[in-house]
Amino acid sequence: MDHHDDEIGCGGRRDALKCMLWAGTGVLWTVAGGVPRGALLGSAEAAETGHALRFMQISDSHIGFAKPTNMDTPGTLAAAIERVKADTEATMMIHTGDITHLSRADQFDTADQIIRGAALTTHYVPGEHDLLEDNGSAFYQRFTPGAAKGWYSFDQQGVHFVALNNVHDQKPGGMGSLGAEQLAWLKNDLTGRSSSQPIVVFAHVPLWTVYAEWGWGTDDSEQALALLKRFASLTVLNGHIHQVMQKVEGSVAFHTALSTAFPQPAPGDPAGPGPVKNVPPGKLRSLLGVTHVRQVRGKHALAIADQVLA
Amino acid sequence: MIGRVARALLAAAVLLPHHLPAAPAASQTATTIANFAFKDPVITVTAGTTVTWTNRDDIPHTVTADDGPPPSYRSHPLDTGDSFARLYDKPGTYKYYCSLHPKMRGTVIVK
Repeated sequence: MDHHDDEIGCGGRRDALKCMLWAGTGVLWTVAGGVPRGALLGSAEAAETGHALRFMQISDSHIGFAKPTNMDTPGTLAAAIERVKADTEATMMIHTGDITHLSRADQFDTADQIIRGAALTTHYVPGEHDLLEDNGSAFYQRFTPGAAKGWYSFDQQGVHFVALNNVHDQKPGGMGSLGAEQLAWLKNDLTGRSSSQPIVVFAHVPLWTVYAEWGWGTDDSEQALALLKRFASLTVLNGHIHQVMQKVEGSVAFHTALSTAFPQPAPGDPAGPGPVKNVPPGKLRSLLGVTHVRQVRGKHALAIADQVLA
Repeated sequence: MIGRVARALLAAAVLLPHHLPAAPAASQTATTIANFAFKDPVITVTAGTTVTWTNRDDIPHTVTADDGPPPSYRSHPLDTGDSFARLYDKPGTYKYYCSLHPKMRGTVIVK
């Protein structure tokens, strides 16, 4: 881990919130049997072959956002998809929410068309910006068919993926929330599974508390993690905060992805949350990106790499 | 024609004195949403006041009743520059929040 921490400019203390990039790229994830680890794209680790599973993560495309920070969110999403297409070994993709800015039908259409350009099976979870109209029915019908409330699971190449919805039940004064019904479903979903099976959980809002004052966490995430802690390899992938952060706690690796639309400030920044407004001209795409994830058989790692768009 | 107009004017003249005292001059209060906060977290108004929120952030917000679930009302998502107005005609304390960012909360006190 320390090697990886150094690579992404962290202080080397893997439990500290120092592993931070700004907004918007992709992460390369590899799943490999034990303690997850990551690698920047372009590094030797990221270039390693022989993996069992390689998939992509994109997040926070915010189609419909058009402010000076980024007047062309379809363009930056398309650029992210071009990065995805350049990785010929990825077998699927996840999108960790805020596909649109305002949940409008034309915004969902635009995002869907661009993302289909990757020609990869894509699994979605909603962000709070995707459920703004009609209790999210437009999102659920199109992006989580068969999962009317947006949570579901599937297996791919030996890895069990769990998609959670922590934006459907937010309470006044609270943060993200899973809710009792979803937690009961999760418990049932995990029952009988071998603890040696690698688990990847993905949801929009971080399932660890990044910064409570800004709501960057999930109120009942501890209950979900209690159900998941027996698994030897657990990787939690989130979006929402538009910047890369990583934390490892025991056998759990948490990672948040960059946005493809705009960066947000670091937690506690006096500017408050929201789009960073003073991005220097020409620098935006260096703050946006996609994530690659891969599983390497016979190694104790899930490798993650974030790639910026420029 | 003239007779009809005259009758209409007469009707108006009869109706107006009835209506004006019964409906006090509409009172308006405007406030903003900025930097992920309701700028006036506590707004005190008299009954009959319409409160209007205007979003000055680059991110949408809502004004949603904190009386649920389910909330008794929720504004449409307010994009930058959008406004939401609500009439408060009965005394009481009315809490609300942003359903996208539930850490954002406010109160309207109606006297």
